[in-house]
Amino acid sequence: MAKAAESSGEPGTTSPRPLMRDLKAVGKKFMHVLYPRKSNTLLRDWDLWGPLILCVTLALMLQRSSVDSEKDGGPQFAEVFVIVWFGAVTITLNSKLLGGNISFFQSLCVLGYCILPLTVAMLVCRLVLLAEQGPINFMVRLFVVIVMFTWSIVASTAFLADSQPPNRKALAIYPVFLFYFVISWMILTFTPQ
Amino acid sequence: MAAADELAFHEFEEASNLLAETPDAVTTSGSGQLTPQGHVAVAVDSGGSYGAEEEVEESDKTALLQEKQQPGFWTFGYYQSFFDVDTCQVLDRIRGSLLPRPGHNFVRHRLRNRPDLYGPFWICATLAFVLAVTGNLTLVLAQRRDPSIHYSPQFHKVTVAGITIYCYVWLVPLALWGFLQWRKRVRERVGPYTFLETVCVYGYSLFVFIPTVVLWLIPVPWLQWLFGALALALSAASLVFTLWPVVREDTRLVAAVLLSTVVLLHALLATGCKPLPLEPLAPPPQATSLPLNLLPPPTPRSQVT
Repeated sequence: MAKAAESSGEPGTTSPRPLMRDLKAVGKKFMHVLYPRKSNTLLRDWDLWGPLILCVTLALMLQRSSVDSEKDGGPQFAEVFVIVWFGAVTITLNSKLLGGNISFFQSLCVLGYCILPLTVAMLVCRLVLLAEQGPINFMVRLFVVIVMFTWSIVASTAFLADSQPPNRKALAIYPVFLFYFVISWMILTFTPQ
Repeated sequence: MAAADELAFHEFEEASNLLAETPDAVTTSGSGQLTPQGHVAVAVDSGGSYGAEEEVEESDKTALLQEKQQPGFWTFGYYQSFFDVDTCQVLDRIRGSLLPRPGHNFVRHRLRNRPDLYGPFWICATLAFVLAVTGNLTLVLAQRRDPSIHYSPQFHKVTVAGITIYCYVWLVPLALWGFLQWRKRVRERVGPYTFLETVCVYGYSLFVFIPTVVLWLIPVPWLQWLFGALALALSAASLVFTLWPVVREDTRLVAAVLLSTVVLLHALLATGCKPLPLEPLAPPPQATSLPLNLLPPPTPRSQVT
């Protein structure tokens, strides 16, 4: 959103250039999440499009196709949305209250983008579930989710850890761990009917 | 810097030991962040013990360098003062709540009148999620033993568990604090705790339920009761030992009623968290095992164990 604001062209034009620029920025950040190095790209040019896309994708994939999905109690679309955004806001507030020097939207941006590995895990799980169910099926899914969960934590820690004073790093990282754990749990317990 | 921090922490320990031996002593302490080494001075107050609580707070505040008066509650800095803890302090407080000792008052000994909201908030959040996850797991394990049970993620359990636990940790201390304030005129010597200190005590006392809920996955009934009783004993002991110095000044009746109410409410929460034995009937999904039971009043189902 920061980039879109500063790159507004003449009023009334529907030039695709800002859109392409935004998409490229989002794609670049995806790459940074997949190969986390200590860099400031995610923090400097934050945007919330990536997290929104990821959140919607995840929520759509967690929908069950059964007719009686109400009774089954799987997370509804709105629930996933609320959990992701409410969780991210809570973690950001916690990090700021502990004295971190990261801005609100930067933190939201990082947390949102680091859901990417878990979204990939969800995709893989849905594909694996097309095969026959059984313990091997479950072990494969468990393995994939664990690997992606670790990836998410490592990626977000690489970006967020430097913004906290050193004697509080663990206090700031633990809620991130809890957040991704809950999302991983939702992915792992997903069973289509 | 790590060595200096360790020095500061050891000095803290010595001071706490001194304080435990001489309950009349008043300590002033400096925050590890603001001073390079911890600054601890122990002065023996001859006038009275806990009645000097306000003076302790005053001297605490003045001893902290560069600490101005408290910002107003509409500023961000006000809330930041409740998250002014380090990792080692939080771990220390958790350890203190896990091992309650009769002489050691959690508020004086561990919190040192500097309550934090980080511990209670995240312990409650963790407990809510762990409850939901283990409830789910119980259902999965039960279904593997008996395929007639209908499995569903039952995701709304998280919401229910979260709301119950947070309400407990906020409303019960509020009632307790209000009651103690009302009885303040009966006690001369011992000052009551602030609201946040009470919330802190309750929040940290719930920590022992987190491993207990995980251990409740073992499907052996007497073991489950054993773990539950152990957790309840530790948790309630922590609460009672903290409240005892404040309450013993009061009349016997009030003290007994208050302490037993506190323990009873805690027991209700523990019962609410305990998983119920599963009934192997298939329809409808609501009738089968709801591992999470709601808090008071306990439904008749919870009595059948």
